[in-house]
Amino acid sequence: MARNRNIGTQTNRRGSCAPAPAKWQPGLIVRYRRHAVFVLSMVSIVAAVYFLTISDRASAQETNSCIACHSTLAGRLSDPVKLFEVDIHRSKGLSCSDCHGGNPAKSDVAGAKDPNYGYVARPTAQQIPAFCGKCHSDAGLMKKFNPSLRVDQVQEYATSVHGTRLKGGDQKVATCVSCHGVHGIRAPVDPLSSVHALNVAETCGKCHGNAEHMAGYNIAHDQYDKYKSSVHAAALYQKNDLSAPTCNDCHGNHGAAPPGVTSVANVCGQCHARQAELFQKSPHKQPFDLMERGECLRCHSNHDIMPPTDQMAGVGPGSTCTSCHSNDAGFAAAERIGNGLSSVNAKIADAKDILERAERAGMEVSRPRFELRDASDGLTQARVLIHSASADELEKALGPALEVATKSYNAGEGAFGELTYRRKGLGVSLIFILFLALLVYLKIRQIESSPPPAET
Amino acid sequence: MYLWLDERLGITSIAALAKKKEVPLHRHSVWYYFGGMTLFLFSVQVVTGILLLLYYRPSAEAAFESVQFIITEVQFGWLIRSVHSWSANLLILTLFIHMFSVYFMSAYRAPREITWVSGVLLLFICLGFGFSGYLLPWNQTSFFATKVGTEIAGVVPLIGRPVLTFLRGGTEVTGATLTRFYGFHVAVLPAVATVLLGIHVLLVQMHGMSVPPGLDAGKVKKMKFVPNFALRDLIGWILAVGVLAALAAIFPWELGEKADAFASAPAGIKPEWYFLFMFETLKYLPAKILFIDGEVLGILAFGLGGLFWVLVPFLNRTPGQGTRKRVFNIIGIVIVLFIVVMTIVGFLS
Amino acid sequence: MPIRDPFWRVTRDVANVMDTQPPVNASRRRFLDYLLGSSAVATLAAIFYPIFKFMVPPEVVEAQQNSVVAAKNAELPSNTGKIFKFGSKPGIVIRTETGEVKAFSASCTHLDCIVQYDPGSKQIVCACHNGKFDLTGKNVAGPPPRPLEEFTVNVKGDDITVTRA
Repeated sequence: MARNRNIGTQTNRRGSCAPAPAKWQPGLIVRYRRHAVFVLSMVSIVAAVYFLTISDRASAQETNSCIACHSTLAGRLSDPVKLFEVDIHRSKGLSCSDCHGGNPAKSDVAGAKDPNYGYVARPTAQQIPAFCGKCHSDAGLMKKFNPSLRVDQVQEYATSVHGTRLKGGDQKVATCVSCHGVHGIRAPVDPLSSVHALNVAETCGKCHGNAEHMAGYNIAHDQYDKYKSSVHAAALYQKNDLSAPTCNDCHGNHGAAPPGVTSVANVCGQCHARQAELFQKSPHKQPFDLMERGECLRCHSNHDIMPPTDQMAGVGPGSTCTSCHSNDAGFAAAERIGNGLSSVNAKIADAKDILERAERAGMEVSRPRFELRDASDGLTQARVLIHSASADELEKALGPALEVATKSYNAGEGAFGELTYRRKGLGVSLIFILFLALLVYLKIRQIESSPPPAET
Repeated sequence: MYLWLDERLGITSIAALAKKKEVPLHRHSVWYYFGGMTLFLFSVQVVTGILLLLYYRPSAEAAFESVQFIITEVQFGWLIRSVHSWSANLLILTLFIHMFSVYFMSAYRAPREITWVSGVLLLFICLGFGFSGYLLPWNQTSFFATKVGTEIAGVVPLIGRPVLTFLRGGTEVTGATLTRFYGFHVAVLPAVATVLLGIHVLLVQMHGMSVPPGLDAGKVKKMKFVPNFALRDLIGWILAVGVLAALAAIFPWELGEKADAFASAPAGIKPEWYFLFMFETLKYLPAKILFIDGEVLGILAFGLGGLFWVLVPFLNRTPGQGTRKRVFNIIGIVIVLFIVVMTIVGFLS
Repeated sequence: MPIRDPFWRVTRDVANVMDTQPPVNASRRRFLDYLLGSSAVATLAAIFYPIFKFMVPPEVVEAQQNSVVAAKNAELPSNTGKIFKFGSKPGIVIRTETGEVKAFSASCTHLDCIVQYDPGSKQIVCACHNGKFDLTGKNVAGPPPRPLEEFTVNVKGDDITVTRA
């Protein structure tokens, strides 16, 4: 292009187009200065925008100065950003300012933490329930995010031991964040959540199992350990039965309080309905409540609930009845109950034993085996009926069970009888068979000892 | 009475033939008992089998329960069923003894080649009886044994898959397999066996008892079949009845648990002892030999072995003459040892 | 007396023996024959006796497994349930208020207790841990993780027959 440019070829007087003597020409950059300035400023604007935006690691649509700043801070101060990654509020589109207030558009500290924008740095323990309740108690607001979520948690909390103590000035009690966490809150159905069924006991145990923390309160701090040894914990952690109870199933979660000593049966009865019903109709209910014996937990204890054994009924060692009853009608009833249970137990064990031996001896005993199940079922029924504290009721259930067990036992004996009959039958028929074989042998000898008839 | 029947059935001429039958006497005459014993046990199977099918139900839903019913509710059902199962095993045992004694005595040589061929075919038929009958109680062991067995059959190149589908009545072992095996066991195999057995026994009567090579058939001492040898045979059969009764009463055949296709195979599943040597051999073959699957090679080898066995009389045309006889003797001994050793290995593992 | 080989070793040329023994006298032979005959008959009887007993059908004529008469019509009034044995497992048959007859497996899917019908709540309940199933067998409350298996019901005349699906 330059070559074509008329930069100085002058038609000389002579009129020829011979190139004029070279004139000084400015350099490339100088020549295209206007273009260069334009391009460079464009590039720098683009770069600036780019670099400014990537500094927002949360990749929000707009820059969030809270996150932008706190992610660069050291130690504890950057924890909230890291934890918030997995927070359920974040997945619903909420961010720091939705709880803490302030102005995330401003990148200077004063502007970002502007009290005019409702900034709250770190709520005190007393402030927390209202802090969370700002949203979680607002039904209209929560409907937009999760219509099925309850909105009375703060209300319930106010009735709980934690809530009432908090109001009285106790800073050590649990608030929302103690159980749910602060910045990395997960939904309760998330297995990593601190309030998932499998993690609840541990979460509660963080305080309630800590001797130092619980010093000064008048309650034990061994509940967590005891619970872990219980049959409910075994069901929950080992058998993965999520219907098994953990702390909140009996104590409530937001309104956590120990059930009153006269309402324990109602709580246990949520699952163990039959036993609770029987207990409440039994002669034990009134005296237990009057004496504040704690209903179910008197015999079964509260946190370290073990699988119940038949020895707990009856009057032998390990009996819970004898802790109150010694020489009264109760003792007599307990004795009848214990005897009834042990006799059926023994009969079932005997029947199982003889049927197994018969099977090993080669007899087919699957039907009596199946029918024995009825006896075990009857035993289970009877064990439930213990809660009625009525020996008559129990014997009504144990009677048929004993009959079935006896029938199965007799079937086992019958199998052995059949076996003996078969062996005897075999013996007799073997005698016949061997006798016959002997006779044939003698016949052979007889035939072969006489001179052969004349052959034709 | 006799005359009346004789006029119509020609009993006298048959009786005359029977009177003529003789059994040669020599060092190895004792082996002559085993053919008759096999026949006797086979007839025990037929009788007990017919009795069992009066109560058995060949469907996946009812088979197990019907066998359970037989051994618990039906009078002497336990006896008939255990005799049937035990006699099957004894039958295969005496069959093997009979077959190998014929082999080592070269009794297959001319003019008895067809007798041998029909006999080997009867061996395969009886193994088929054993395999098909084993499934019928529809318990865990038989279900999985059938699964494994038909799977092995399916490994044969080219015809394997069609054979597997034909045997199983489908691609998997199901109630269809059970019904099919029942059909094989009570109709197809008995029909074929009757024909082959008829040929086999008739040929034996026609050609008479073979004499080991080296002995002169004309000069050797003989015993009349009727009544001398027949009575001795009878003692053997009477004692066999006693043995079967004892086994049924003292070691009743197990029922096991009903087959569950979705349960895992019982640990250490293995076929009945008469298939065990083949099963163990396949287990010990390496996964690949050159470019062929070890299993395929094993099965083909057994197939070839079976073919060889059928053709023995045509391969060993002049037994009793020096090296060829020795070679075949050695082959026979190797085969017997192989079977015995692999069976023992199978039991021990 | 000449030494005899054991009888099973058939080396003795029986057809051509010339024994110096005197012939067995007729009465001994007759006795042996008689004994042989009667013992043969006895053994045959001992063999045929079980065979004939076998062929006589037993009292319980069938192994009832896949199909069971769960109850008689009369035994099952409206809004009640009844437990019955189905092979080796328990079953429950229920007549609803609308007159429909339904049958389910009675083994609770939680921990295998035997369930029962509660006419008050018109649900199937499990007394062990308060599990509840509705009349389609679906687990609606409590710990049971799965619904109850439903069976087919046929009412033939007076019999309510339940068949495994």
